[in-house]
Amino acid sequence: MDDVSLSLEAGEVLCLVGESGSGKTTTGKIVAGLLKPTSGSVRFRGQDIWQMDKAQFKAYRRAVQIVHQDPYASLNPIHTVFTILAAPLQRHGMVRSRAEAVRRVVELLETVDLTPPESFLFKYPHQLSGGQRQRVSIARALTVNPELIVADEATSMVDVSIRVSLLNTLQRLRDELGVGFLFITHDLAIAKYFAWHGRIAVMYLGRVVEFSPTPALINDPQHPYTRALLAAIPEPDPDLTRRKGKLQLRSLDIPSLLHIPPGCSFHPRCPLFEAGLCDVQRPDLVPIDEKRLVACHVVARERTGTIAKHMASPVGISSNPMIGADRGEYGKESS
Amino acid sequence: MTAWQRSSTSNGNPAPVLSVRNLEVRYFTRAGTVQAVRDVSFDLRPGESIALIGESGCGKTTLGLALLRLLPKGARIVDGEIRYRRRDGQVIDVLQLDQEEIRRFRWQECAMVFQGALNALNPVLRIWDQMLDTARAHAALSRDEVRERSERLLRMVQLEPERVLNAYPHELSGGMRQRVMIAMSLLLDPQIIIYDEPTTALDILTQRAIIEVLRSLREQLDFSMLFISHDLPLAAELADRVATMYAGKIIEVGDVREIFYNPRHPYTLGLIKAVPPIVGELYDISSIPGTPPNLIEPPPGCSFHPRCPYARERCAREMPPLYEVGALHTSACHYWQEVKLERQVVETGD
Repeated sequence: MDDVSLSLEAGEVLCLVGESGSGKTTTGKIVAGLLKPTSGSVRFRGQDIWQMDKAQFKAYRRAVQIVHQDPYASLNPIHTVFTILAAPLQRHGMVRSRAEAVRRVVELLETVDLTPPESFLFKYPHQLSGGQRQRVSIARALTVNPELIVADEATSMVDVSIRVSLLNTLQRLRDELGVGFLFITHDLAIAKYFAWHGRIAVMYLGRVVEFSPTPALINDPQHPYTRALLAAIPEPDPDLTRRKGKLQLRSLDIPSLLHIPPGCSFHPRCPLFEAGLCDVQRPDLVPIDEKRLVACHVVARERTGTIAKHMASPVGISSNPMIGADRGEYGKESS
Repeated sequence: MTAWQRSSTSNGNPAPVLSVRNLEVRYFTRAGTVQAVRDVSFDLRPGESIALIGESGCGKTTLGLALLRLLPKGARIVDGEIRYRRRDGQVIDVLQLDQEEIRRFRWQECAMVFQGALNALNPVLRIWDQMLDTARAHAALSRDEVRERSERLLRMVQLEPERVLNAYPHELSGGMRQRVMIAMSLLLDPQIIIYDEPTTALDILTQRAIIEVLRSLREQLDFSMLFISHDLPLAAELADRVATMYAGKIIEVGDVREIFYNPRHPYTLGLIKAVPPIVGELYDISSIPGTPPNLIEPPPGCSFHPRCPYARERCAREMPPLYEVGALHTSACHYWQEVKLERQVVETGD
C-alpha cells in the first residue's frame, strides 16, 4: 500500500474496491488501528491515532470496529452467541449485570435480524448458517456502539440469495444508527448497491486510482483501470453482456507487488499509455471536477483541458454523497 | 432406453452427445442418506453450452462428478441412465463401462476441469510433464504428437508454449494456471468438457480473459460444454441454455434469453432479482427468504415451497413435474403462469 489518502465523514459510506493484492484489506486494517502504517498517519477527528495516549486509543478502537470476511474463522467455536456478544459488553463496562447483558444481547440480535433472539442466544457458531454467523459478527461489532464499521468482504462468503438481505441489514444500521462504513469488496455490483449514496475508491497495486461518487464512478468511469474493470465484468443479462464494449488491455499479466512498475503502476497494461510520461512519472490523485479524483496523466490532461465543455453537459454526478454531521474526519496518508 | 431414443430423434434436433435420464445420486452418511441429485434428466447437444446454475449445496458439482463417475467414497449413483454418443455414432452406456473403459472415457471423450483447478496441478512437475502424463494415461499418443497438440492448445489459450511448458505451476499466475487447465482439458480432443466454476476466485480482468478464451475455443474447436456455476453473469455470457438446480433437482431449463428475460420458476426469478446489472441505474434487488433445505429430508412436494412467495397448499403436497412453458423451456412450478420478472428502477443516476 503506497501513498493512500482517503477521508470519511461521520455516517458516510465509502467503498474500497480492488482486486486481490490491491491493498484494500491492508488499508482497512490500518483504518481500524490493527496495523501501523510504515509512514503517514491515520487521523481521527484531527488527531493522529498513533500519537494518542492509551485511553484515547482505546476509545478509537472502540469507535472503529471491523467485520471480517470469514464468519467461520472469526467466531470462537466453543462459545455460545450469548458469550460472544456479552464478553465485549462486560469488558467495556457497557452492562452492569447479567440481566442487563441478556437484555442488551437480545436487543442486538434483533438489530441484526436474528429473530426470535431467544432461539439464537445459546447456539454455537457451528449450529448457524454462514449468513447467520455473519450477522453475529455484525452484532459483535455493534456491542460497543461504533461510529465506523470496517466491513472487509463481509458478504462475499454467503450465497447470493442471502447476500442481499445481509446488505439490507447493513444499510438499515447505516440509516437508523448513523454508523459509517468503510466497505471493502472486490465486487463492483455489491459496491454499487451498498454505496449508491456514498463514494467508491478504486485501488490498484496499493494505490487509489479513482475516487468518485458511486453513480459517476459506475456510469462514467474515468481511470483506464476502472474503465477496463467495468467493461470486463459480465452482466446478468445475455444481450447486455454480449454487446458490452470490451477494453483491450496491452497485457493480461498483473505485475508482482515486489516489482511494481515505475511511473504509473498500470502503465504496462494501459490502453492510454504514453511512453516517456506514464512509465516515468507517477500520477497523483488529482481532482478532475468538483467531486472526482483520478490518478492518470492522460485523463487529467484531457479533462482539465476541456473542462468547460464537460461542465456544460453534466456527466451523471447528481446524488450527493451521504454526509453526516461534520464531526471530523478519518484520514490516512502514507508514502 | 425407449424414452431416450425418442428424445434423440424428436423435433429434428441433432442427436444429443450426452443424454441423462432420471439420475439419482445419494451420499450415505452417518447422519442419514443425502439425496444430492434427484431425478435429473437433460440432453447436451453437439456444440452447445449449458450452464448449470444454483447455490452451494444444490447438487450441481455432484452431478458433474457423477457424469464422469468420479463420485467420492460414500456416494453412489442409485438410479438413472447416462448415455454418451461417440463421434462414430455409437452410443455407450456410461454406467456400464468397466474400469479401463471409464478411464479412457475421461479426458478422451469427456474432460472435467474442477473448481480450484489452481490446486489440481502437481506442484513438483513441469507443465510439459503433466501434459505428457495426462495424454499417456488416457490415450495412446506419441511424445511428438503430445508436444505438437500441447503447443497448439497453449497458443489458443493465449499462452507462450515455450515458457509455460517448462514452468512449474508456482511460476504461473492463477489465470495462467487456469488457462493451462483449459488447454489440458482439450488435449485429447474430447467431445464434452465439464467446467466447475471456471472463473471463481479469479480477478475480474483475468476472469474476462478466461471467458474470451473459452468463447474463442468454442468457435475454433468442436466440443460441447457443461459448466457449473453459482455465477449468473457467467451463464449470461457463455451459455446457450441454462438449467437451474435446487435441492438436487433441475427445476427449470431453457434458452439463455428465455431464462434471463422470462424465468418461469420462482427460484430462478429469485436468483435473477438478487443479482442486478452493474452499469446503469440502481435496480431494486431482493433476497430469497429462508435457507436451502436439508437434503437428508427434503420438504415434501416442491422442495422450494417453504421459501416460495407463490406457494399454495398444493405445493406442499404435490411434487411439480417439469411443465412445458415455452419453446424448449420447462419449469417445475405448478403456478409457472403467475411467475413474471419485472425489474424496478430504484433510482436513476440523475
